[in-house]
Amino acid sequence: MTESQIVLEAKGITKQFPGVLASDNVNFDLRKGEIHALLGENGAGKSTLMNLIYGLHRPDKGEIIVNGKTIDIHSPNDSIAAGIGMVHQHFMLIPVFTVAENVMLGDEETKRGSLDRISVAKKINEISKQYGLDVDPNALVGPLPVGIQQRVEIVKTLYRNAEIVILDEPTAVLTPQEAEDLFRIMRDLTTRGVSIIFITHKLKEVLAVADRITVMRAGRVINTVKPSETDSAQLANMMVGRQVILTVDKKDHEAENEILKVEGLTVRDQRDLETVHNVSFSVRGGEVFGIAGVQGNGQTELSEALTGLRSPTSGTVTIDGKDLTGKPPRVITESGLAHIPEDRQRHGLVLSYTVADNMALCDYYHPPFSSRGVIQPKALDENSRKLISAFDVRTPSPFVNAGKLSGGNQQKVIVARELSRDNVKLVIANQPTRGLDVGSIEYIHSEIIKMRDRGVAVLLISAELDEIMALSDRIAVMYRGQIVAVVETKKTTREQLGLWMAGAHVQSA
Amino acid sequence: MDWKRFGFIALIIIVLFSVVVMVGQAKQPPLLIVTSMLATTIAVATPLTLGALSGVFCERAGVVNIGIEGMMLTAAFFGWLGGIYMFNIFHLPPSVSIGLGVFFAVLTGALMSLLHAMLSITFKVDQIIGGTVINILAVGLTGFLNRQLFFGAGSVFGGSVPSSAGVLPTIHIPITELFSSVCGTSATCLQNVQAINRVFDQKPIAMGAVLLVFLSHYILFNTRWGLRTRAVGEHPKAADTVGINVIKMRYANVIIGGMFAGLAGAYFTIESVPSFEPLLTNGRGFISLAAMIFGNWTPIGAWAASLVFGASQALLINMQIFRDVIPPQWSFLQESYIVGLTPYILTMFILTGIIGKTTPPAADGVPYEK
Repeated sequence: MTESQIVLEAKGITKQFPGVLASDNVNFDLRKGEIHALLGENGAGKSTLMNLIYGLHRPDKGEIIVNGKTIDIHSPNDSIAAGIGMVHQHFMLIPVFTVAENVMLGDEETKRGSLDRISVAKKINEISKQYGLDVDPNALVGPLPVGIQQRVEIVKTLYRNAEIVILDEPTAVLTPQEAEDLFRIMRDLTTRGVSIIFITHKLKEVLAVADRITVMRAGRVINTVKPSETDSAQLANMMVGRQVILTVDKKDHEAENEILKVEGLTVRDQRDLETVHNVSFSVRGGEVFGIAGVQGNGQTELSEALTGLRSPTSGTVTIDGKDLTGKPPRVITESGLAHIPEDRQRHGLVLSYTVADNMALCDYYHPPFSSRGVIQPKALDENSRKLISAFDVRTPSPFVNAGKLSGGNQQKVIVARELSRDNVKLVIANQPTRGLDVGSIEYIHSEIIKMRDRGVAVLLISAELDEIMALSDRIAVMYRGQIVAVVETKKTTREQLGLWMAGAHVQSA
Repeated sequence: MDWKRFGFIALIIIVLFSVVVMVGQAKQPPLLIVTSMLATTIAVATPLTLGALSGVFCERAGVVNIGIEGMMLTAAFFGWLGGIYMFNIFHLPPSVSIGLGVFFAVLTGALMSLLHAMLSITFKVDQIIGGTVINILAVGLTGFLNRQLFFGAGSVFGGSVPSSAGVLPTIHIPITELFSSVCGTSATCLQNVQAINRVFDQKPIAMGAVLLVFLSHYILFNTRWGLRTRAVGEHPKAADTVGINVIKMRYANVIIGGMFAGLAGAYFTIESVPSFEPLLTNGRGFISLAAMIFGNWTPIGAWAASLVFGASQALLINMQIFRDVIPPQWSFLQESYIVGLTPYILTMFILTGIIGKTTPPAADGVPYEK
């Protein structure tokens, strides 16, 4: 790409939040028609910088220059007027509004005082056609798939004639196919003169689509590089500030006796649809058994049935020789299950409880945490201090509410609670690293491997194929509620697994 | 449109009307009974309708308002009191005093809701507690001032309530005059036209309430203001990111809601009867919340639900009118407490969600924090 005109420049941006310097003298620039990736771990200050540029917060120091003019941004109104649009990580869409209502909100077209839905729909159709976005202006937003909702967000910015579009972690919620689609749209936008700031913490993505990459860490810009001049390892080092092991260090380990045995398991979801059909497999001590598959192929219901959160319609679940089919979670937990649930905020933690309380959620009812029905705060305190240091949980104190921690640290609280119990025979980890930063992922992976090396059986469910391949000894592929293949990791390839995940039925052993 | 819901409402209203027609047909022709009961229904549903509209505006903007009862009560008192002062102390003509009374009532509603807005939007107090504060404050304030001003030898008015300027007049809609020629010489035809005319002859607040229902519905679903109001009640952050001032929108809508509640208060002491007694709202603010919920937070739906409650109250009134012709097997309907229970039983029934579930605005009751 030729060196073209600079459309946006942030100079010396500083922002102090209570307790953290979220943005420390940051300089950043964006050229016309480029995709400039902003890479960094959670909490590195990427989103803060963008919120400052977009006017959701005010910088303490520094200036923002758009098209050569310093502008004073007090609210999103000012940045929208300057041609800046932002697609937030959590979509800013109103589910009960139509696409057209969502798009026009804040910039409504009216005819004699009432909303002019027809002309807005027309404008959306034009934008849609021009950029290949394909959205229906009259559809309700709520039921739309996330990929389409994201397009609505992009249409929202283009409707306001944005020339600079900020995409905040846009791929976090997308399937690989949807992400590919998004990259195509992003390239389309740049050929039409739109400049894009692409915020992410995924290394592969920046190398694939960015023209330039700026890495941030702890509120500072570390470096700006071109993808052709760098590689994943170097970027990861810049992000984390130290050497990062991108591959999981895993010794060969002999699998032992069978711990988890699942036979003919069939499960229905809350809409009474059969989402798991007649699934059988077993996991032995000392092995990681990975279940790969595109999300929504029955993994959620499978793990719920195994952990006692949902009763299967038929089939049996045996843990270490004990039939635990349809037993309550406490019985299964006491039989040696450690469960890292898919949704850490809803099923893993009580966000309004302290870290110390959350760390005792599985064992609060027996000694040492309870004595004759009374909770022993001292025991909770000691336990949490021990776990916080052993599992490197970054929290100001054990008495902070779990909801205040970052995603990575919340996950560490769960991992600490589950893996530290004495009688663990089986670990079920469902999407254990989703949405986490590199450092936390690395840590959680190493903890999982440690359990395996201690002879514990591990069932890993993940939609991230890289994660499955890095950790598992054996891999099963789930497709439409069935296990379509089980292979040893060494005897398969990414491509082969990808085919199975897409539904190519090849049975193998 | 939710036809199941409106069907249920229509069914209940038809049942209530049928009972009255059955009981009263010995004394009056059915058309006359139906029209006069319809007229009563619309009139007595007025405070419920306005209360429900008050709730719709507040909650659509994301602020739960259980203080409507208290806002109504305070507005009823100060509207009435303002009228008395204007008439007796400042010696303004009755019509001006009455008009100013309505103004004071609306102003009182606005001020009470401003308090609620400050508590729930700025200070982020739990909104149920904020609303309860309003209700308790209203009972205490009106009861205390009522006593201080009018009771006992040492009170401001020396122990007697001065005469008020009266109530708002009925507005006659000239349907009879316009259509009497169609009837020619037929006397029954003329009677029928007059009977129908009774439905439309309402007092100003009752009439205004019906107009406000349709106006509010239009504003909420077809204007910029309405779109933004609903946006801040559903997803304030989304509204904020497109440059809408969430705090301002919420304040404005809560105050609009308070003005509706104020107008409902004026109905009691300026349109219905020219007097005040402690606790006169008698739970109607809460019933209007039930109507709002049953109407799924839409003005027209809330109005339809208010009419059900109005009809059950009209039933009670008509049972008094027809007391001498009630057949013995229906005589239990004369017992006011049985019929009087209908609105409350309906409220409970509706809130169980048997007639389909309603969905409140997603951010209803959640303070906005950046």
